[in-house]
Amino acid sequence: MSTNNSAITPETIAAHGITPSEYERILEILGRAPNLTELGIFSVMWSEHCSYKSSKKWLKTLPTEAPWVICGPGENAGVVDIGDGQALIFKMESHNHPSFIEPYQGAATGVGGILRDVFTMGARPIANLNALRFGSPDHPKTRHLVAGVVAGIGGYGNCVGVPTVGGETNFHPSYNGNILVNAMTVGLADTNRIFYSAAAGVGNPVVYVGSKTGRDGIHGATMASAEFDADSDEKRPTVQVGDPFTEKLLIEACLELMATDVIVAIQDMGAAGLTSSSFEMASKGGLGLEIDLDQVPTREPGMSAYEIMLSESQERMLIVLKPGKEEIAKAIFDKWELDFAVIGHLTDTGRMVLTQHGAVQADLPIDPLAQASPEYDRPWVAPAKLPVVEAADLPEHDVIGALKTLIACPDLASRRWIWEQYDHMVMGDTAQRPGGDAAVVRVHGTNKAVAMCVDVTPRYCQADPYEGGRQAVAEAYRNLSAVGAKPLAVTDNLNFGNPEKPEIMGQVVEAIRGMGQACRELDFPVVSGNVSLYNETQGQGILPTPAIGGVGLLADVNKMATVAIKGPGHALVLLGETKGWLGASLYLREIEQREDGAPPPVMLHRERRTGDLVRSLIEDGLVLACHDVSDGGILVAVAEMAMASDGLIGALLEPPSALPLAAWCFGEDQGRYIVEVGDDALAAVLEAAVTHDVATRVIGRTGGPVIEIGGRSVAVEELRSLNEGWLPTYMGQEIAQH
Amino acid sequence: MKATIHISLKNGVLDPQGKAVRTALGSLGFDGVGDVRLGKVIELDLAETNRDQARETVERMCKSLLANTVIENYRIDLD
Amino acid sequence: MHSRIQRRIPAVKAAIIVFPGSNCDRDVAVAVESAMGTKPYMVWHRETDLPAVDLVVVPGGFSYGDYLRCGAMAAQSPVMRAVKAQAARGTRVLGICNGFQILTEAGLLPGALLRNRDLKFICRDVHLRVDNNDSDFCRRYMCGEVVRFPVAHAEGNYFADDETIRRIEGEGQVAFRYCRRDGAVDEASNPNGSLGNIAGIYDEHFRVLGLMPHPERLADPVLGGTDGKAMFESLVEALS
Repeated sequence: MSTNNSAITPETIAAHGITPSEYERILEILGRAPNLTELGIFSVMWSEHCSYKSSKKWLKTLPTEAPWVICGPGENAGVVDIGDGQALIFKMESHNHPSFIEPYQGAATGVGGILRDVFTMGARPIANLNALRFGSPDHPKTRHLVAGVVAGIGGYGNCVGVPTVGGETNFHPSYNGNILVNAMTVGLADTNRIFYSAAAGVGNPVVYVGSKTGRDGIHGATMASAEFDADSDEKRPTVQVGDPFTEKLLIEACLELMATDVIVAIQDMGAAGLTSSSFEMASKGGLGLEIDLDQVPTREPGMSAYEIMLSESQERMLIVLKPGKEEIAKAIFDKWELDFAVIGHLTDTGRMVLTQHGAVQADLPIDPLAQASPEYDRPWVAPAKLPVVEAADLPEHDVIGALKTLIACPDLASRRWIWEQYDHMVMGDTAQRPGGDAAVVRVHGTNKAVAMCVDVTPRYCQADPYEGGRQAVAEAYRNLSAVGAKPLAVTDNLNFGNPEKPEIMGQVVEAIRGMGQACRELDFPVVSGNVSLYNETQGQGILPTPAIGGVGLLADVNKMATVAIKGPGHALVLLGETKGWLGASLYLREIEQREDGAPPPVMLHRERRTGDLVRSLIEDGLVLACHDVSDGGILVAVAEMAMASDGLIGALLEPPSALPLAAWCFGEDQGRYIVEVGDDALAAVLEAAVTHDVATRVIGRTGGPVIEIGGRSVAVEELRSLNEGWLPTYMGQEIAQH
Repeated sequence: MKATIHISLKNGVLDPQGKAVRTALGSLGFDGVGDVRLGKVIELDLAETNRDQARETVERMCKSLLANTVIENYRIDLD
Repeated sequence: MHSRIQRRIPAVKAAIIVFPGSNCDRDVAVAVESAMGTKPYMVWHRETDLPAVDLVVVPGGFSYGDYLRCGAMAAQSPVMRAVKAQAARGTRVLGICNGFQILTEAGLLPGALLRNRDLKFICRDVHLRVDNNDSDFCRRYMCGEVVRFPVAHAEGNYFADDETIRRIEGEGQVAFRYCRRDGAVDEASNPNGSLGNIAGIYDEHFRVLGLMPHPERLADPVLGGTDGKAMFESLVEALS
C-alpha cells in the first residue's frame, strides 16, 4: 500500500503514457492528485487501445445500420439477424504488439480474447478467422514469428474446439518490426438470448468468474498503444499466457448460465482487465460500483490494488446477476471447476469505489473516465495521388514464365502449411474449407450457411488509402458473393502507424472515408471493429492495413459455389470489365520490381450489379465453379481454379488482341469474377449478364492437363507444385515451436 | 517434503523434439552434441514426512498417472 | 431391468462420454444419431455409472486440456472405470482421436500415441486402407478398401514395443493403416510417423476400436464426403 501513496512524479505520469495536458484533465476531474492505482486506471482507460482517441472522430462516419443489423459498434461485438430467430455475432481484433514480443502466446491470447468478445454476448463461437502480416521472408525474425503465431492460433483454437476456417497472410518489409495478428470470431445466437454489457439494478451483485488474477500482462493496453523501440524485447514479462482449456470450460459454463434467466449484464475482461470491464459496465448503465478487491480470486499472494485492477490475466468475465441468483450461478461454475466470487455490487453514486484490506484504494467518477476520455482531431494531410501506370510502357515478358513466378511468390503461394495446423473441421459444419474465396460453415441443424472472409490489399492502401479502403470492402463483398452468399455486414480492424504524423493520420482518414463509401453503396454496414495505431518501429510505419472481415448468408448450403474446375469442355466466362490495370499490381511488384502507380479504381455501382448477377447465377445452379479475380489477375485466377480441381484440369485461354497480353493476364481491374459454365447453361448465363448490365467475355474452355495461352503452356501439376512448395520449403528451415 | 520426478522417454522411443533441438544446436554451431532427449520435471509438495512412505506414494502416482510406462521412464528425488 | 421395451425396439443404444475439454462430442453424436435414429446419452466424466448401452464412444478433443499427457487424466476419471467394466462385459467401445489416446492410457488398447513426427498439429484428409473389416465396427467396409477420413491431431504417432507390434500384427488387430489414394502403404502417406502406418487398432477381442482419424467428420455429403458413415452403419447393423 505504500506504493499507492507514493508521490506522483512527472516521470511516473510519463511512464503511464499520460501527456501533461491529459494529467491536467485528471486533476480537474478529481479536484485532487490521483494516487498510483487511480493513475494506472486513467492510463489504461485513456490509452489509444481503449479510448480510440485518435480515430473516434472518423469512426463515427462509418455506416452502421441496415434492416438486418441488431446491434452495431459499441458493444463487445456486432449482431446481425439471419432469420428463424437466429443471429450472428462477430468481431475482429488485433493482438499485434504482444505477438511480436512472444508470437505463440501473443497470437493464442488474441484468439482467446476475440472468442470471449463473442460468447459474452450469448453466442456459441462457430468459426475463427485471422489476418496475418509478416515482414520480408528474408528478415531474420520472420520465420520464427510465422512459426510461433501459427502454432499459437492453432494451439488455442484447436483446444477450444472452434474451427479456424479462413484468413489471409501477406509478407512485406514494412512489417519487419511490427507484425499484424488480427483475429476474428463468428458466433451463433438466438435473437431472444443476446446479452449486453450495460449494468442495471442498484444493489445487484457483481460477480467475477473464470481464471484467477495474476501479475501477467500488466499494462498491456498501454503497451499496445506505444511505438516499439529496439529494446522492446525486454517488455516480455508483460505478455499474458493463455489457457484454452479454461476458455473452453468458460464458454460452456457461460452458455449454460445464459440458458437460465439470471444475468443482467455480462462483459469479458479484455485489455485493461477488471478496469475496463467494470468501468464500461457501470458507465453504460449510468451507475456506480463498489468492489472489494479482497474478494477477487488471485493466483499470487500480496497483489496490490494497482496490480489487480491492471492485470490482463486471461479467461475472466464480469457478470451482474439478478438479486438472489448467486447460488444458481455458482452451481454452474462449480460444475465446470471455475472460480466464482461475488466481488461487489452496483450503486447509484456514479463512482467506482475500490477497497482492499478495509481501506479505500481508489474513488473515481465513472463517466469522465469512460465517456469523456480525450478525443483528438489530429492534423492530417491527404496523400498525393500517384500517376497511372500505362501497360503499353512496360517491357514484354513471357506470360507463362511470369505466371510461374507469381504463383510461387510469398503473397500468392499456397497457405496450406498454415491452415493444416488449424483444426478447420471441428463442430462438424465446415462446408467450405480454407483455400477458397470464402469459408462456409453451415448453421448447425439447418440448411443455411454462413460465409466468411478477411480482406485488404495493403499495397493499394499505401498507394491510395481512399481507393484501398473501398477496395478492401469491395473484395470482401466479392469473396462472399463468389461462394453464393448474400453479404450482410463487416467488422474492421484498422492497423496503421503513428497517428501523430499528419501523413499517417491522412491514411487513417482517407481509408475510413473509402471504406464508409463502399459500405454504404454495397449495403454492407460496419457492425464492430478495432483500431490498432502506433504500428511503427524506429520511425518505420507499416503499410496502412484496414482489414475487413466480411460475413454473408447462404439460404441453402447445397447451392454453394467453389473455385475448383469441375470438368473438361466447359466455358470459362469472365464477368466484369478488363482494362489491363497494372498500377500497384502484384505483377508490377514481382516481375518489374516496382511498387508504384495508382491502384485500380473500384466502381461501386458496377460492383454491386456484378455481385447480384453472380449470386443469382449460383442460386439458379447455372455455374459449376466461381472465383473472383484479385491479386495476379485473370491468369492467376484461372490457375487457382485449375490447381483446386480434382483431376488438375487445365484450360485453353483466348485473350483479346486489343490489350498487351501481360496487361490482360495480370491486370488487377476490380469487380470481376470467372465462372465455369456448361454448354447447356451458357446462353442463360450470357443473357442474365445482359439483364444485369454486366460485361462478359468467354475467355476459354476447360480441359487438358495444361494451361495454354498464346501458344505457350504449363502443366497444372507443375503450377501446383510451385504453389504448394514455397511455404513448406521456407518454413522447413525453422524448428517447430512448442 | 518435496518430491521431484524426472520423466523421460524410454530408449528406443523416437523423440522428435530431441531431434529438432539437436539440429537447431548444430545450426547454431554447437558441434559434438550426440543424442538429445527431452523430458519433463514435476515438483510435488507433500505433507508426508516419512521418506519411505513418500517414495512409495509417489511411485504409485507415477504408475497410475504421472508417467505412461509404455513409453516413459521416471526417477524420483526426495528432499 | 427395463429390458422388455428394449427387446421390442431393436434400436441401438449408445453413450458418448463427455470430459471437460472434449470438443468432438457433439459431432460424433450427430453421426451416431443419423445412423442409429436415436439420440445417444451424453455422459459427464464425473458419473460413476453408465446407462445400459450397446456402444460407448469416447470422442475427440482435449480432455482436461491434454495437460500432462494426452488422455492421461481422462483415463483416470470416474466414468472410465465404468467404461472399463462395461467393456469387460462386452459392450463395444469406440475411441476417436483423443478418445483413442484415452483408451491406450486406460489400458483398453495396447501402445501409446506420441507427438507427431513433424511436431505440428495436422488437420487434413488422409487415405486409410482397411486392414481388417471383421468386426462390428467395420463390417460395411471391405478388406483392402481405401477410405478417406480427416485427421486433426498433434499426438497421433502410434508406438508400441516390438513384441506388442508383433502380437497385434499377428492377431489382425490393425484396423486401418495410412496409405496413398491407390492403397499403397508407404512413408510418404504416413502423416505422423506411426509405426507400420497404424491409424487404428482393435483390442484382442475386437470389441474395442481406437483410431486417430475422424469417421464422424466425413459422414455427411455437405462436409465433402461420406466414407465415415459406414462405420456407424456397421455398428447399427451389428448391434441391433
